[in-house]
Amino acid sequence: MIWLLGGILLMMVSGVPGLFCRRDGHGGERLACLAVLAGSACGLIALVLVLGQGGEARLEWPMSFPGGAVALRLDAISATFLLPLFLLAPCGAVYGLGYWPQREHPANGRKLRFFYGFIVGSVMLLLTSRNGVLFLTGWELMALSGFFLISTEDHKEDARRAGFVYLIATHCGTLALFALFPLLERGAGSLMWPEAGSLPAAGSTLIFLLGLFAFGLKSGLMPLHFWLPGAHAAAPSHASAFLSGVMIKTGIYGLVRLTSLFAEIPPWWGWTVLLLGMVSGILGVALALAQHDIKRLLAYHSVENIGIIAIGLGLALLGRSYQLPELMALGLAGCLLHVANHGLFKSLLFLSAGSVIHGVGTREIDHFGGLLKRQPWTGALFLGGAVAISGLPPFNGFISEWLIYLGAFQTLKQPAALLGVAALAAPALALIGGLALACFVKVFGIAFLGEPRSTAAAQAHEAPPVMLAPMVVLLAACAWIGLLPGTLAPLLRAAVADWSGANGAALLNTTLAPLGRIGLVSWLLLALLLAGMLWLRHAARGARRDVSTWGCGYRFPTRRMQYTASSFADFLVRLFHFGLWSERHGGRVSGLFPVPERFSSHTPDAVLDRMLFPLFRGGAWLFRHLRARIQNGVTAIYLLYVALTLVVLLTLFTL
Amino acid sequence: MIGGLVLHLTLLLLFAPLLQGVIVKTKARFAGRVGAPLLQPYYDLARLWRKGFVFSTTTTWVFLAGPVVGLVVPLLASLMIPFGALPAPVSFEGDLILFVYLFGLARFFTATAALDTGSSFEGMGAVREVTFSCLAEPTVLFALLVLARLSEGFSLNALLGPHLTEAWRSDAGAALGLILVCLFVVLLVENSRIPFDDPTTHLELTMIHEVMVLDHSGPAFGMILYGASLKLMVLGALLVRILLPLQTGWWLTDALVFLGGQLGVAVAIGVVESTMARLRLPRVPQVLIGTSLLSIFALVLVLR
Repeated sequence: MIWLLGGILLMMVSGVPGLFCRRDGHGGERLACLAVLAGSACGLIALVLVLGQGGEARLEWPMSFPGGAVALRLDAISATFLLPLFLLAPCGAVYGLGYWPQREHPANGRKLRFFYGFIVGSVMLLLTSRNGVLFLTGWELMALSGFFLISTEDHKEDARRAGFVYLIATHCGTLALFALFPLLERGAGSLMWPEAGSLPAAGSTLIFLLGLFAFGLKSGLMPLHFWLPGAHAAAPSHASAFLSGVMIKTGIYGLVRLTSLFAEIPPWWGWTVLLLGMVSGILGVALALAQHDIKRLLAYHSVENIGIIAIGLGLALLGRSYQLPELMALGLAGCLLHVANHGLFKSLLFLSAGSVIHGVGTREIDHFGGLLKRQPWTGALFLGGAVAISGLPPFNGFISEWLIYLGAFQTLKQPAALLGVAALAAPALALIGGLALACFVKVFGIAFLGEPRSTAAAQAHEAPPVMLAPMVVLLAACAWIGLLPGTLAPLLRAAVADWSGANGAALLNTTLAPLGRIGLVSWLLLALLLAGMLWLRHAARGARRDVSTWGCGYRFPTRRMQYTASSFADFLVRLFHFGLWSERHGGRVSGLFPVPERFSSHTPDAVLDRMLFPLFRGGAWLFRHLRARIQNGVTAIYLLYVALTLVVLLTLFTL
Repeated sequence: MIGGLVLHLTLLLLFAPLLQGVIVKTKARFAGRVGAPLLQPYYDLARLWRKGFVFSTTTTWVFLAGPVVGLVVPLLASLMIPFGALPAPVSFEGDLILFVYLFGLARFFTATAALDTGSSFEGMGAVREVTFSCLAEPTVLFALLVLARLSEGFSLNALLGPHLTEAWRSDAGAALGLILVCLFVVLLVENSRIPFDDPTTHLELTMIHEVMVLDHSGPAFGMILYGASLKLMVLGALLVRILLPLQTGWWLTDALVFLGGQLGVAVAIGVVESTMARLRLPRVPQVLIGTSLLSIFALVLVLR
């Protein structure tokens, strides 16, 4: 545990030396990066030590701290959330050296680095704390540093706006947590987290609903996702990678931890989480399809993946309610593995998107094009991430989705017909997978293939090695989980045991056995693909490469004739019109001799732009009018208020 | 084990192009023509094999990855599906998901290879391919759920086991009939046949699969054609086994039954192609959603 504490401290102070360094020198940024690397190494050592000793480590300092003691505990559930963090945080820090060098960003580079380290440290703190107050401290530190990361470029209007939306959203969640912990204390007797499976079912409904709201808001479950797209788009890419890869997962951690505390789980908890997961998954990916901004698109994919994770968690909860240990074990294992997987491939995608933005200077997908020739490494790495996030073999996304699928199929083995409804998760996952595939074909195809769609894209340059190296590491991690999935099985087993007792974990032994076969097929796939590619390249050595693409006989196609991102997505976006409400402007051609026309389409966020903004605008209008009525400047009316208050108070006291 | 693997691959690699020939022949007979010889697809492959490549200046290495993945994926997927009564050489719990997702990988690379040319025609083809497939995907899963409910395990070997004979006679027969229809529709969509796509149309604007491979040439194009016929046979195997769950006990008769079933499916495709017109594009999603609903009914029938 000393290693872990050291890691937390190192992370938190990593940006401090930079504050005293020169604004335009790079001493500070290198120190910060080193500290983050060292902090992650410390954390990894702690993880290896604890898991090597087969279980968990605790640390308690009894002191006059609210709740009795400063209590930290590292168990397998925390470890599954910490493991990707220790990989992502240093990758992001190294990437930041090339992406956001102090010399080019003297105004906000130090702030960014300070809060980057701070958010990593606070997430580590909250993932290991076992005391409600300590958890809330970590939560709030994380939330605030997140705000400063999002509004790094606070001279830009949209960054400030995204930051404020995030700040309001996260504090609504914190408010719910402030209500949740006293309720937990009433059940458990102290502010320390009780042992797993020790709380009675009585009074658990309110706790669950509060937790679902607060943690769902943080993780971006569907109706509560509204802060996420803007926030991830506004932050610098490596900060977005951390926010999306790690920070939003703290919400999932909260849900997993909270549900582990109860001895009995009512069935409706599982159904609710499952339903929310399906809605988030399908609408998240449909919204992603409709985006033109590469980072907003990736952010909506976070909503989708949180949906997949929630489907896994929902199945696990149902497994506990209906006493089906196999369903519970597979659902939870899929949920936890997808948390790690999503962290890996989503940060890979954010980092490579950052490298594209670095090279071209815009986030609009329709201004890219032909980048694979100009940024061959970035392109290949993005392709790897795209295959992984679409859940395709041989990468890691497939493994976790496979576990969740298998969980969904388990529900069929029961005679109870009602539970069979949960098998709907399988077709829902298939639809999500198909849409995600369409979306990433779109992004990769439009951004990296074809001809450059703008002069900036034609002059794009490859990212420096300091940015490429972290992406290579992340892709290697994705491939590692995909090709050797068995290596993570012991950790998953331990986590399942921590969540629900050893019963389900033992079953996981047999159900995880096919992972080895999947690994074998993946190796075979990779080998055959490589052999095929090598042979085809060999066979095509002397081929003609100087002809233009077939244009049905038309000899002079221009780059503007290529399919765009919007036209690619149009078919599917129209099919999902019921949930997206895309707006289309112009584009109608009339008359025999049509004049030039403009067409544009965009898809505002259904919750933020269509519900919350009008609602709050209405509220503001209402209160403005109320104020004008009540505070109208007439002294006699104010005296009347005083008199009325006195009368009311007197009557209240006499009662 | 080794014998089974060799038999499996031999059946697949040798007979897959024949099915295409049978479809073409059936269509010709319906139209009152003699038609191309049954072995024409083999001649075509041999001809493409000897030809050279031509590449557009726009393309990159991704353009070559499309044909390779398109050929490797059906080959690997075939190892996991039983050919009639001949069990799959590779089988484990949950291999059905890998089976479905492998075809997803093929779709990913076929569509990206199409976009690699920068042509808007191929862009259109890519859009239609990914759109229709993602609508067909839930149907496949519903069908697999129905099969899983009727069987003991979650491997394709167990799903398509000999118990299907009894299942047809029991209450579940209606559900099996429904998913048979659904899987046939999926087969038509996934293999770009009429009424969803016309493989012989002359207009690029109306094609789906053919337009995606417009710029491929020589052996790479041969790989695509061969991969497409392998895919038809592998997906057809699912249909054949549900329809003919016979278990003769001797590998030769089993193989003959399987091949007979495959030829039957090919003839059926030929009949559908001869008697139906291609659907208008906006109609296709409606048909696919309708099929999903049918498969939901099938699931409800076995769950109740």
